[in-house]
Amino acid sequence: MSKINKLFREELKVVNLGLESFHRELREKKVEVVHINWRPCAGGNKRMIELLNKLKK
Amino acid sequence: MIREKIEVANKEVVKKILDARPMLVGIGKAIDTIPNMTDKTILHAGPPIEWDRMSGPLKGAIIGGLIYEGLATDQKTATEIAMSGEIRFEPCHHYNAVGPMAGVVTPSMPVWIIENKTYGNYAYCTLNEGLGKVLRYGAYGEEVIDRLKWMEDVLAPVLKEALEKNGYIDLKSMTAQIIQMGDEGHNRNKAGTSLFIREIAPYLVLTDFTDKEKSDVLKFMHGNDHFFLNLSMPACKATMDVVANTEYSTIVTAMARNGTDFGIKVAGTGDKWFVAPAEIIDGLFFSGYSAKDANPDIGDSVITETSGIGGFAMAAAPAIVQFIGGVPQDALNFTMEMYEITESENNSYQIPSLNFRGTPTGIDIMKVVETTILPIINTGIAHKDAGVGQVGAGLVRPPMKCFEDALEEFVKILETEGIIK
Repeated sequence: MSKINKLFREELKVVNLGLESFHRELREKKVEVVHINWRPCAGGNKRMIELLNKLKK
Repeated sequence: MIREKIEVANKEVVKKILDARPMLVGIGKAIDTIPNMTDKTILHAGPPIEWDRMSGPLKGAIIGGLIYEGLATDQKTATEIAMSGEIRFEPCHHYNAVGPMAGVVTPSMPVWIIENKTYGNYAYCTLNEGLGKVLRYGAYGEEVIDRLKWMEDVLAPVLKEALEKNGYIDLKSMTAQIIQMGDEGHNRNKAGTSLFIREIAPYLVLTDFTDKEKSDVLKFMHGNDHFFLNLSMPACKATMDVVANTEYSTIVTAMARNGTDFGIKVAGTGDKWFVAPAEIIDGLFFSGYSAKDANPDIGDSVITETSGIGGFAMAAAPAIVQFIGGVPQDALNFTMEMYEITESENNSYQIPSLNFRGTPTGIDIMKVVETTILPIINTGIAHKDAGVGQVGAGLVRPPMKCFEDALEEFVKILETEGIIK
């Protein structure tokens, strides 16, 4: 049995990043889940990421 | 390594903010007290703005200010004077001053004098008029002008004499106390106002004024829960002015709004304002008013958040949600969120419900841009038309563009100096 299939036969403990709806739906199905309040750096604004990188050297 | 230079500069800036010791040292007439104030100068809140672009409440407050000074008799003549170019309109921030809402300061108005005893610099602010139909919200009717005259003729002289008998009042210590008494120093000042009355009353009764005048002054302060705001603000201004123009620092030194634009200044980018259109406030409205009556964000009172109280200390003031909307958990969440974008925690202003954790202090533009978390601001809502006044209170955030433009400028300066490529 592949590792991934083995995993899904066990009790899941999920850490969710990104769309909060994944977290909500798992919680409704009584799956233990933690939602991480994560967002991409500078909201994904490439110009701002470039500027920030210049200042982190 | 630019990263290390920024870290060192930001630590130095925060140290100076935390070491500040703002004290109330007196009251003076604006023209005699504020350096470079002239009889043809009117100060206003926010970044610089010309008459044509001013919002309704700012125009209303200027009209009222001209009537109060005796330069105009009514709205029509005041508008003509304002448009003539005869009056110089300048931001309070350019004169070591701050003003709530429209922030209008005219030459005859009495102003609090605050000294930062650690660094010897001064800041100034008018005395608070109360809520509702008041000049700072753009109202200029007879009752507004009459109240301003009484403040000049009775309130200020009585308090000035009482202060002279008292000596200075330590606003750092008082702010530390009010944060532990349910105030946040911007939109909730009940404890601050009460403490101030407790401090001044024993000396006020010793002044040479009549019993009625003394009683009227005490009743006026007692009836105005925001009286302390105009002490809280210049205390924060005296604190933040010290760190303006600090090379390599990415800490915000001023945030302010004129009702049209929101502006910020950053320690490492000198005196330049970074402006963008002011936002509409999300809040609770007084009976008979709604969001369609609201003017965009206005006032210098956001200097409180800039220095680490106000919205940043909302966890200390859960009862404020009755005034601005939401539930107490929101107040806690807002403070927790602000730790994400600040350099340090205040060692004097401590929040009981967070195990006396210090308020989030020193907004870092790099953290704001990186996390896209914008500062949270507690504020009042002015009617969009001149002459009406306050219509509510709520929460607002600055435009992200201010922080992005500041970051662009900060990098440009370092590139020009050859510090980075």
